Amino acid sequence: MSDALFEYLCRMGDNTLVLGHRISEWCGVAPVLEEDIALANTALDLIGQTQLWLGLAGEVEGKGRDADQLAFHRDVWDFRNLLLVEQPNGDFGRTMMRQFLFDGWHLAQLKGLMTSSNDQIAAIAEKSVKEVTYHLERATDTVIGLGDGTEESHKRMQDALDRLYPFVGEMFIADAVDQAMVSDGIAPDPSTLRPDYDAMLDAVLAEATLQKPTDDFAHKGGKSGARHTEHLGHMLTQMQWLQRAYPDATW
Amino acid sequence: MYAQMIKSTGEGVKSLDDMEPEERAFQERINAGGKIEPKDWMPEGYRKNLIRQIGQHAHSEIVGQLPEGNWITRAPTLERKAILLAKVQDEAGHGLYLYCAAETLGVTRDQMTRDLLSGKMKYSSIFNYPTLTWADMGAVGWLVDGAAIMNQVPLQRTSYGPYARAMVRICKEESFHQRQGFDIMMKMAKGTEAQRKMAQDALNRFWYPSLMMFGPSDAESVHSAQSMAWKIKMNSNDELRQKFVDQTAPQAEYLGLTVPDENLKFNEETGHYEFSEPDWDEFFDVLKGNGPCNTERLEARNRAWDEGRWVREGLLAHAEKKRKTAIAAE
Repeated sequence: MSDALFEYLCRMGDNTLVLGHRISEWCGVAPVLEEDIALANTALDLIGQTQLWLGLAGEVEGKGRDADQLAFHRDVWDFRNLLLVEQPNGDFGRTMMRQFLFDGWHLAQLKGLMTSSNDQIAAIAEKSVKEVTYHLERATDTVIGLGDGTEESHKRMQDALDRLYPFVGEMFIADAVDQAMVSDGIAPDPSTLRPDYDAMLDAVLAEATLQKPTDDFAHKGGKSGARHTEHLGHMLTQMQWLQRAYPDATW
Repeated sequence: MYAQMIKSTGEGVKSLDDMEPEERAFQERINAGGKIEPKDWMPEGYRKNLIRQIGQHAHSEIVGQLPEGNWITRAPTLERKAILLAKVQDEAGHGLYLYCAAETLGVTRDQMTRDLLSGKMKYSSIFNYPTLTWADMGAVGWLVDGAAIMNQVPLQRTSYGPYARAMVRICKEESFHQRQGFDIMMKMAKGTEAQRKMAQDALNRFWYPSLMMFGPSDAESVHSAQSMAWKIKMNSNDELRQKFVDQTAPQAEYLGLTVPDENLKFNEETGHYEFSEPDWDEFFDVLKGNGPCNTERLEARNRAWDEGRWVREGLLAHAEKKRKTAIAAE
């Protein structure tokens, strides 16, 4: 039981860690100053959530690992984030499309967690929902604005959607860990979140004048850790470098 | 101090008797500690001088994100990463208030941005130095933000209302940044041998560039004299530099680090530290564009602006479509 819970908490924490890191790569080079501020703010929220999720994961594991040890001292195969969030930023449009696709799932997931049988999880979810509601609102506005903007912005957003859509399915595929969470009343079954997500996606994409790809093929292997993309390893070499190079130091 | 070598009228300070009634009333209001607001009459020289100064400060906040952004993705703990993100976010926010303050003087943010990107407007020399180790994040907070605060605290009393009010908010956040920087230095200076070495190396590299932030001595400068008469500059460069050294030297000692100046010593009689001047040739080289990172910094800003064009155009086009639909619906 606690193994599955540990896995589940790592999934939540690794999603926010990896996406928070990706967004932080935008520091100082966003298309407009307001976006620099908003991206830093989103990254900050996600890193804050990571501290809570991975902190709790460490407690549940009971081997004395804290959030930093989990973040900076695991290798690729121990990461449990969705493949979607480790995808490189690409242009600003792709970054915001990735954010929108993730936020829609993330918010639904967190709302489900607010009634979790585990009080600590419910408390983290309650705090995070406020932040993620705003992330989704902003990402939605940007996807609509750029989708239904100029010919160029429309094309870039359609390219972003086509490129990232194959990573959507993984968010909703339930596995043994999810089933264990459902049977303990800890977390919602991700597959039940799909119909509302699809309805939300359809409405936003229609307003953005974007076409949802017809092929529902889904890459998977991120949340199980079975097969990440090549991108994650490069990200970890940068993110974990100081901790790995000076393991005896405190910072 | 994020504004350096700001030109004023270059004509010297007029006496009250030489002023026309309007200008005399303006100067008397400043002398009495009053504030000038955007719609008030002001001399053209005052307006231009302020645009240069506030603009340079705003640009420094924006470019200043880059040397720190260089370490956000390598921050050693989640806590440090969050603090650095919050700091960079504050800086972008400072840029925003300052551009807004400058806009009240009749210049647009886009125009100022174009002048930054073309190299016509400057940003502080300090951001043309590289951040090479994690200790540099400590040194930047401790020394660079520390130097900036020296100038910004008195500017809360500057004569131009929007600038003074922006500075009040900025100062609160900057002093927090400085404490965070010092905290990083503490950890490093009291840490392992490698960390101590990084801390000392950061101090060695940032000490003189920090002293340069105040600009060369301006005791004889007609530009500074005018700015001071207008209360858009509150202290001389030398005064602020001395205050900075007086504050920082004991902190370095507390950290167990050595300031890279063999002439640094406390003078019991004056109650101040004596110290060596930085290499002003290097300072002028950096201003001319020959600092270690000038090329990269401007290149990064230009690339961000160019690559972001489609985003700005797309969002504007969408807003325009919505506006038209709203009008049609009325």
